[in-house]
Amino acid sequence: MRLVATTIIALRALRRNKMRSVLTALGMIIGVGAVIAMVSIGNGAKVQVEASIASLGQNIISVFPGTLTTGGARGGWGSASTLTPEDALAIQAEIAGVVAVSPEVRDRQQVLSNGLNWNTSINGVSPDFLSIRDWGLAEGVIFTDLEVRSTAKVAVIGQTVADQLFPGSSPVGQTLRIRNIPFKIIGLLKPKGFNYFGSDQDDTVLIPYTSAMRRVARRTTLSSILIQSTTQNQMPRIQQEITDLLQQRRQGREPDFTVRNQMELAEAATATSRTMTGLLGAIAGVSLIVGGIGIMNIMLVSVTERTREIGIRLAIGAHDHDIRLQFLIEAMVLSLMGGALGILIGVGASQIVSQLNGWPVQVSSASIIVAFVFSGAVGIGFGFYPAHKAAKLDPIEALRFE
Amino acid sequence: MAAPIVKLDNIHKIYASGEVEVHAVRGISLEIQKGEFIAIMGSSGSGKSTLMNTLGCLDRPTRGSYLLDGINVSALNRNELADMRNQKLGFVFQGFNLLSRTSALENVELPMLYAPRRISAAEMRERAMHSLEIVGLAARHDHLPNQLSGGQQQRVAIARALVNRPQLLLADEPTGNLDTKTSVEVMGVFQKLNDAGITIVMVTHELDIAHFCKRNLIVRDGLVVRDELVVNRSIAAEEMKKHLAAETAAKLTVAAP
Repeated sequence: MRLVATTIIALRALRRNKMRSVLTALGMIIGVGAVIAMVSIGNGAKVQVEASIASLGQNIISVFPGTLTTGGARGGWGSASTLTPEDALAIQAEIAGVVAVSPEVRDRQQVLSNGLNWNTSINGVSPDFLSIRDWGLAEGVIFTDLEVRSTAKVAVIGQTVADQLFPGSSPVGQTLRIRNIPFKIIGLLKPKGFNYFGSDQDDTVLIPYTSAMRRVARRTTLSSILIQSTTQNQMPRIQQEITDLLQQRRQGREPDFTVRNQMELAEAATATSRTMTGLLGAIAGVSLIVGGIGIMNIMLVSVTERTREIGIRLAIGAHDHDIRLQFLIEAMVLSLMGGALGILIGVGASQIVSQLNGWPVQVSSASIIVAFVFSGAVGIGFGFYPAHKAAKLDPIEALRFE
Repeated sequence: MAAPIVKLDNIHKIYASGEVEVHAVRGISLEIQKGEFIAIMGSSGSGKSTLMNTLGCLDRPTRGSYLLDGINVSALNRNELADMRNQKLGFVFQGFNLLSRTSALENVELPMLYAPRRISAAEMRERAMHSLEIVGLAARHDHLPNQLSGGQQQRVAIARALVNRPQLLLADEPTGNLDTKTSVEVMGVFQKLNDAGITIVMVTHELDIAHFCKRNLIVRDGLVVRDELVVNRSIAAEEMKKHLAAETAAKLTVAAP
């Protein structure tokens, strides 16, 4: 093999046909560019989803009421209203590794204040709720455990409720009526925005869960219990212990609750965006293959068009593997050049997309390396057949070719 | 007497094109000594092209032996034949066959890129320039083929054929695409090379071109039917003078009122 000489020959041949070289590489440029841009956008979406899952709070286990079967008719989740504040207290007292527990009592009510009214979700919680959800206060304080025990009429409101009822003024210190019961507003939550499922997390009023049960929802059971564990790898154990504890407390009755952890949710959500990224990558991968076929196409045309040139080379002493190597190098240089340009264009395109649409975009070095290596492989793969065809030409026939 | 450069012994070439066998060469024996300048003539279909391809190691004879510089070509494989062409032979074609969009210098360097032994870039350049000097085109080394006249392109092709210092220069109708004056010019280059000791075999069907050579072969029906030395050989320099004089005379005639 005359590698150095053949490389010189191949580069000279490409230089002779600059326009054709660029056009041939174009398929590769677009293919690789598309892969990089698509995967970057997909990764960006995945990161955003992960962030929005994290905004629900870290290491959270939720207990929901189970189903209730009455006369053969099975109710849906939550139809069994059997989750009690005592269950929540027992979890906090008996299970190791639990940092915070908050019962939740959810209700929807019309709230009034200041001559304005607004329908919002009333959420009865414990003071731990804020640390579990990783949620801060913009103003004021959260209610105390004492206020929970005394079913105090105090409330902490979200930004949306504040905007609707107290436009242009601070809500802290004002009074809010829920079911005509006056609640004193003692705090304002920091805005948290929309959650992964698209609902406005700031459209809420937090009150002590005891007050919610007695005064607002008028029920004796909880909507759910939120539990936060110390670390992620403790979660399966804690989840199991909660299940065991609650089952034990039910003394042999059918399980009427369900314990879920937020990792499952996070996994489902990231799996979705991973599928999306994969899908985008696959579509882009197809364009990469189309780019490769484009190279093969042009190389085949090129072999025919350059039959005479090949004939001259053979006549003055080229071996068949010199010709094969020359065309392979040409194909590989084209596809690698296309790959390199495609990476630049892909990175550029993803930046433009992120600027124009405000999408988060993350360019991964893995996708760059894979795209580059793949484009080289495409060059060899799709360059081989034309190169082989060129190498097998008969010098006499090739020289006679018009 | 030294060993001949070319020794053909009862060469046959049979092409099997479908059902019909074409017997293109029917037993040619030929010796070519160093320093000869031979023209092969013959009508189309006479077998002269096949003979030329065989001499050029582009094709192997069906029967018979061919010794080129003492090496039995009949026994070589495709790549060994390529090395023979690269090292022992130089080719000049009717259609010049230069690489387009490639400078004269790079065209002349081409055979060295395929040399079995690697040649440094500096040496390649030096040898290519030397070859171009021999054909009088060193000043135009950076010109592209389409910037050169037909005669100049053919001289670049000759420079390319010379660059690996071949034993034998083969020219296939080298003046076929050129006008009379340029033909004489190119034949002048060949005569100069032959005077310097290079062995040349060319195919032509123009009798006056064959007259520039030292020995003429006429091929018909796959056999050499005449093999004679040229008497009263044309000398390119003198022919050129005659041609220029005729041209001037023609101009005067036209210019006269």
